[in-house]
Amino acid sequence: MKPRWIKDFHYPSRPEELAFGACTEAGVLITPNSGWRVFRPVIDHSRCVRCLLCWTYCPDGVIGKEEKELTIDYDYCKGCGICAHECPKRAISMVKEGKRP
Amino acid sequence: MAEVGIMAIDFKNLSDRELMYGQKTCPGCGATVAIRLALKILGERTFLCIPACCAAATTNAYPQTSFFVNNVVTAFPATGSTIAGMAAAAEAQGLEDVTILGVAGDGGTADIGLQALSGACERNDNVIYLCYDNEAYMNTGIQRSSSTPWGAWTTTSPAGEGARGVVKSRKNLFDIIAAHRVPYCATASVAYPRDFMEKIAKAKAIKGARFIHVQAPCPTGWGYPTEKTIEYGRLAVGSGLWYLAEYENGEMKLNMTPKTFKPVESYLRGQRRFQHMKEDDYRLIEKQRDREWALLRERMKS
Amino acid sequence: MNEKGNENENGKEKSEFLSGNEAIAEGVRLCGPQVIAAYPITPQTTLMEKLSEFAADGALSASCKFLLVESEHSAMAAVMGAAMMGSRAFTATSSQGLLYMCEMLSYVSGSRFPIVMANANRGTATPWTIFGDHRDSFAMRDSGWIQIYVESGQEALDTILQAYRIAEHPSVMLPVMVNIDGFTLTHTYELVKVPERETADAFLPPLNTFNKLSLEAPKCLSFAFWPDYHLESRCLQQKAFLDAVNFIERTDEEFYGLFGRRYHGLAEPYRCEDAECVLAVAGGVAGTTRVVVDKLRAEGRKVGLIKVRCLRPFPMKFFASLGSPCQALGVVDRDISFGLEGGLYTDVKASMYKPGAGIRTLGFVAGLGGHDVSKADIELMYDKLRNLADGKPEEEHQFIGMRWA
Repeated sequence: MKPRWIKDFHYPSRPEELAFGACTEAGVLITPNSGWRVFRPVIDHSRCVRCLLCWTYCPDGVIGKEEKELTIDYDYCKGCGICAHECPKRAISMVKEGKRP
Repeated sequence: MAEVGIMAIDFKNLSDRELMYGQKTCPGCGATVAIRLALKILGERTFLCIPACCAAATTNAYPQTSFFVNNVVTAFPATGSTIAGMAAAAEAQGLEDVTILGVAGDGGTADIGLQALSGACERNDNVIYLCYDNEAYMNTGIQRSSSTPWGAWTTTSPAGEGARGVVKSRKNLFDIIAAHRVPYCATASVAYPRDFMEKIAKAKAIKGARFIHVQAPCPTGWGYPTEKTIEYGRLAVGSGLWYLAEYENGEMKLNMTPKTFKPVESYLRGQRRFQHMKEDDYRLIEKQRDREWALLRERMKS
Repeated sequence: MNEKGNENENGKEKSEFLSGNEAIAEGVRLCGPQVIAAYPITPQTTLMEKLSEFAADGALSASCKFLLVESEHSAMAAVMGAAMMGSRAFTATSSQGLLYMCEMLSYVSGSRFPIVMANANRGTATPWTIFGDHRDSFAMRDSGWIQIYVESGQEALDTILQAYRIAEHPSVMLPVMVNIDGFTLTHTYELVKVPERETADAFLPPLNTFNKLSLEAPKCLSFAFWPDYHLESRCLQQKAFLDAVNFIERTDEEFYGLFGRRYHGLAEPYRCEDAECVLAVAGGVAGTTRVVVDKLRAEGRKVGLIKVRCLRPFPMKFFASLGSPCQALGVVDRDISFGLEGGLYTDVKASMYKPGAGIRTLGFVAGLGGHDVSKADIELMYDKLRNLADGKPEEEHQFIGMRWA
């Protein structure tokens, strides 16, 4: 399970709600990174052998390995393309956003 | 070349839980690969300290915070000293089974942070220091550091008519830290994740000052397509311009000794920072490389 | 300093012949920090040496870690690291060392870490000097630290105890710098009452901060506030300083209740009730000025002293409320802000400012770089204030005690 984008984050609206000094809780995601992407990775599961190189190399850790098939968290994938480039089975293709694979 | 490791890392057994996530690093950031994988090995009982650098500016801008372990930001020169204080407090409080981790770039380590790091190493403070080396000041926009390689263009080492980028050799951090006779010191590359993670795991099990210097290619600063971060990491090692080594129990060893090197052009040609280079420059870099490796082989067990 | 003498409730204090630095070390020992990090610099060195002795003798708390860091910058970074983990921490420095730490001072204060440091006041280079003035700490006025100036070794020891109590109180949570004049106080021996550990413990509860890292609920500390919240966060920091005023005064009263000594919060008026000419001073010069006030009083002159104990928060209300019978107020600065005047003088004038207010003021710069501020110098300043009150001409800004006029 990847950390989730908190879509209904309550921004501080009073002094008491502001972080004290510069101390707040670790791990609070309030904006996604999906808007950065031009191409998105799409996995062809029939070719995937679960070598997990994509999972390992992904800077953003968006590839999940808890399901039967690998998953991609598109909220936080920036579309760098490392996964597709490194896949030894060429099971991942980079597809332009807005287009179907 | 085969990866040599003592503690076998199996990707399948690593946690799917991310301890760094949603950070605003550039797409394809090598430093992010290094930090993410290091945290996977070190786990939730890690107290992380980062100075003002890419890894701080992209992770912690209130109210968004991208580390899911305890983490602090400190001043640019102060990673070594801040983690020293954290480790002292952890010991005073009797906190067990925790890792105090400093993560800084090459500027924050080899340049402005070297004094504090040297202090922590000399005192053998109980810390791990991870330097992600993207070979220039990337957070401020690609300025030369003492870890920028010979010939590289940066915004403060221009290249073109009459200028050839950086015209001096980079500082060897590995040698500097090893000279402190710390219990453990290593170089690594994000392109060799098993080797890297094994070194992190090894460091975790040791007490005292531990230092890992990981090369982390930077698509923005080096000028190559974002998908090629791992490829360039591999090419750096393959062409002998980066090496994987360890210093432990007073001895240095190479983890990988290529029989033949790939041509340096294979690594240099595709990067914008080396675009100005000519045949002569390649040969010069080759010469430097061979000299360095002769030295390495002489003093290291391989 | 007012004392109840032998009648105080705490009969267990023992008197020791200590230097100012040693008195501070005793104060630190009583507060039981978990982490000390320091780097030697004259005239702080004997303080660090005394703490090292304590550490070696096991006189500090058993778990206390003493980090011998490689610089002052690292000293402050290390105690910040300790505070991030929720440990009580101490450091000490002086002069160039304080300037070298400058960067870390604002890291510590913005994150509201209740660190206490001692600063042995010394001039700053160049021309370099190892001798005392306030130009080091005055240069750090805007660093976000509470700054207290002491007059004696006893006050130094007591103020360390008070400083931790103030810094760590949940409604304050600000770092405190205890300033002690280099050499004239740090190296001067006097009889100092050293409280018992039990009484100190009764005064200073164990540290329990909430802006610290936690394995149960991981935290992120010292992060960035971009423009969207930055102004708001600074507003809260200012509020903390203003709120600290009452707490500093209350702490002093509580201290008096337990130990029988008090220092009057932010500023102490001495023989000011009917004083027409008053000198405001900070640090050890207050001791000399007391002697001069007593002498002039015996001669029938209506003079008084205001000892400024706190530079930040500044005793604004105290100075704003000054009025009749005070006719002339002089400020003695062991500091100068080139191109303007002594820093204390600026702050005093700003606090007193009311359109049409009747008190005339003079700014005296004296005692720079260890230059002695003698009783004769102080008498001369009172003479000048008298002149001013009588309507005679006096330059507003004057250097006092120079070998030529």
